[in-house]
Amino acid sequence: MGLIQFTVEDRNGQTQELEIPDDMSLSLMEALKASEYSIMATCGGMALCATCHVQVLQGFEKLPLINEDELEMLDTLPDATDTSRLACQLRINDTLSGAYIRIRGEEE
Amino acid sequence: MIQTDICIVGAGPVGLFAVFEAGLLKMRCHLVDALPQVGGQLSEIYPQKPIYDIPGYPSINAQELVDNLMKQIEPFHPTFTLGERLEKIDRQEDKSFIVTTSEQTQIHCKVIVIAGGLGCFEPRKPAVEKLEEFEGKGVAYMVRDPELFRDKEIVLAGGGDSALDWTIFLANVAKKVTLVHRGETFRGAPDSAEKVFHLAEQGKINLVLKSNVTKINGNGVLKEVTIAGTDNTEYSINADYLIPLFGLSPKLGPIADWGLNVEKSAIQVDTTDYSTNVEGIYAIGDINTYTGKLKLILCGFHEAALMCQSAFKHVFPDQRLSFKYTTVNGINEF
Repeated sequence: MGLIQFTVEDRNGQTQELEIPDDMSLSLMEALKASEYSIMATCGGMALCATCHVQVLQGFEKLPLINEDELEMLDTLPDATDTSRLACQLRINDTLSGAYIRIRGEEE
Repeated sequence: MIQTDICIVGAGPVGLFAVFEAGLLKMRCHLVDALPQVGGQLSEIYPQKPIYDIPGYPSINAQELVDNLMKQIEPFHPTFTLGERLEKIDRQEDKSFIVTTSEQTQIHCKVIVIAGGLGCFEPRKPAVEKLEEFEGKGVAYMVRDPELFRDKEIVLAGGGDSALDWTIFLANVAKKVTLVHRGETFRGAPDSAEKVFHLAEQGKINLVLKSNVTKINGNGVLKEVTIAGTDNTEYSINADYLIPLFGLSPKLGPIADWGLNVEKSAIQVDTTDYSTNVEGIYAIGDINTYTGKLKLILCGFHEAALMCQSAFKHVFPDQRLSFKYTTVNGINEF
């Protein structure tokens, strides 16, 4: 087991370092919710609602490639950026280590 | 006016199963849902996804579960108002309710059960200054009647399938169609994307990529849309209509104004019977919250069963309820 460290910026610009174990098979969306961030995650993690939209300000290129479903969903967002991802499609593992993530999706 | 015992707000799986539990106790139900079909998010968001935690089904597709529930409640002949949103609740002197929908349909009932799931799916709105000021005055989030746009100058914004489809359709109806898209490519149906690029080459539409609509202006009605490129260029074009098409997102909607105790977009309930703080109004399924709440379909089913035992007192205040098993008593159709 290892602890994956990354930085999260909330909707008010407050940042926090998170350390999440990589052996619990969590997605970033689940880890954010478990860390008391307000994320709607309406569809529960199926890349079908885009309410867990995050912007990856550092470490974007280290992440696994976006698949078509996620890209299609991101395209429906008015405020998506070139480094946007859906938190539900990212697993907590080495690829997230050192990343800087800004929460963009709708609040609960 | 529609007369019923229980008005169920939301025709998702939990709302549908509530009809069954109510039916066993001879209570009639009318369901209202803002979506044009039953099934809630199962039918709207993930009809083909398998669900693995419905007791008795190792795996069942979401739409199949909805279809089965509709079959299960058939003996109790529920009635439906679909594609209309419940807007208003008026308490009557005899403690019954008259509820009114967005299309002015009225339902008289003794009990209201809110099984609204995530709330209502509403169009996602882009961050454009003064957008709401021009809603209904040039800003539309869906195309209800294409004739409205005949010979008009239209700006569509978005990059998904519906933005592509309506651009193609309106190209033959409107005087001028401009599609504004943040990206350079489209991920939607490749056929539609190809058609849109082809229409742009032929000069039949104006395709503006790597850009966003940032401002709108007008004099009572929309006159002008400002488009900004990701390269910081900015210019305005004439427009009679702006149609932002960025999908749907769930909102609590008018439910928030009914005097119920709400916490983080969910309705607080008493877990003995899933009643709210307003007598005669219950909340079941994903829309409620209590200590230990799990947003699972099977938990919603359980809540529906307990809720009906309590609702019985409001529907038949003079009768005593005796609990009966379906194995003993069967299903008594009405």
